[in-house]
Amino acid sequence: MEKEKRQLVIPGETIVSGNSFLPGESTYRDGEDVVAAKFGISEVTDKQVRVIPVSGAYFPRRGNTVIGTVIDVTFNGWLIDFGGSANAFLSLNEVHRYVNRNELNDFLDIGDSAVVKVWDVKAKGIDVSMKMRGFGKIEGGMLFKVNPNKVPRVIGREGSMVKLIRGATGVNMTVGQNGVVWIKADNIEKELSAKKIVEFVVANATMSGLTEKTESYIKELGLEIGEKAEIIEEDTDKDEAKEDKK
Amino acid sequence: MAAKKVDSLYKKRSDGRKMDEIRPIAAKVGVVPSADGSAMFETGGTRAIAVVRGPRVLHPQNKRNPQKGILRVSYGMMPFSVWDRIRPGPSRRSEEISKVSEWALDAVVDLDAFPNTVVDVFIQIPQADAGTRVAGLNAAAMALAHAGIPMKEMVSAMAVGKADKTIIVDVDKDEEDFHDGEGATDIPMAITSRTKKITLLQLDGKISTEELKTAIEMGKKACGDVLEVQMKALKEANTEDKE
Repeated sequence: MEKEKRQLVIPGETIVSGNSFLPGESTYRDGEDVVAAKFGISEVTDKQVRVIPVSGAYFPRRGNTVIGTVIDVTFNGWLIDFGGSANAFLSLNEVHRYVNRNELNDFLDIGDSAVVKVWDVKAKGIDVSMKMRGFGKIEGGMLFKVNPNKVPRVIGREGSMVKLIRGATGVNMTVGQNGVVWIKADNIEKELSAKKIVEFVVANATMSGLTEKTESYIKELGLEIGEKAEIIEEDTDKDEAKEDKK
Repeated sequence: MAAKKVDSLYKKRSDGRKMDEIRPIAAKVGVVPSADGSAMFETGGTRAIAVVRGPRVLHPQNKRNPQKGILRVSYGMMPFSVWDRIRPGPSRRSEEISKVSEWALDAVVDLDAFPNTVVDVFIQIPQADAGTRVAGLNAAAMALAHAGIPMKEMVSAMAVGKADKTIIVDVDKDEEDFHDGEGATDIPMAITSRTKKITLLQLDGKISTEELKTAIEMGKKACGDVLEVQMKALKEANTEDKE
């Protein structure tokens, strides 16, 4: 995708004029003009015009990884709250292992958290799945929330930041696009230092050369930048990184 | 459009402004970091902050709209915002302003994609010197944009008015309380940024049709100035994610 022009636009502002342009996501056509319908960065590719939001609430999109909490157990699935505009529905069929229909709460009960993938976003609601590798119920570790708009920075390009944090602290870490971060390690010290690093990244998300700054912060904490190869569970990050590039 | 009306009792403004001059404006976005969107707007001695939360699931269920999300605005003045203490909690006046602000903003937000949800806008006035509803609206429009809510355009608001026979823009408290001659008239109005439609127009006092037309024209011009400040504040707020 070639980017011709990127600029910050506010709702009602004309992005481009001309009938050859197609209004894409978060834009609309008004006569000759293509107008922004959201506050964000406009992107004009060949013919398509769209606006990528830069702030505000999290809106789920297909393919996103989110971390949520079960708020209700129905007869054929679970309702999961992930802090969005609607609750997500996790169907019994979208679970990676056999669960007895009559004992749904043996697998996930109200209050349990899970890493799930957004499968479908409809007006009626959001369907999620946990069939792929790297998704499932959260057991142990700690959950905390960061600003969802900073998540691409926490993940880094192709998951580089996550790898850096994992390498330095030896934790297992999953970042939900909704801003919920799950950290798990064999001792709490590691988890806490990983959390500190994530918070550092979020606080300095606007700075350039973030990776170098984070590396020096990791050294400040008395940790070493570990090998990046020792991570086995990579599937989830790759998806996230892809999503982040889109 | 210069100041005219030869024999008006209101000849000079207490702060030395021209009749069609607005008070100094300041605006800032992101004043409440934990909210989805927030903004501050200030004209002279009036300051408003607006906070947006949502879209989120609406309770009670019977208020839900299965076709589209709803907008809910709540306006309130803080107890210390004026010299006399304001009794906290909803009042006749604050309920009215919440409702007209809701209508003014509802014209531009597009919540078709979020059925059964609500977008809450909270407007609070920490410091008041007349024109609080327009300041609140300006802050709310910025906060909605900052929250990433789909909007067709922005809303800018300004109060125009009349003191005796002089038409003035951006009425302050002294002018609102002007009692000589014909007294004071207060006309808060809100204009959309692109189509220049009026989404709020209230009138408190007496004014002739001709004078009202002039006043609205002056108000439209003032709203243009407000819009520039709003745009600037929004664009400055987001230096992040530049890559």
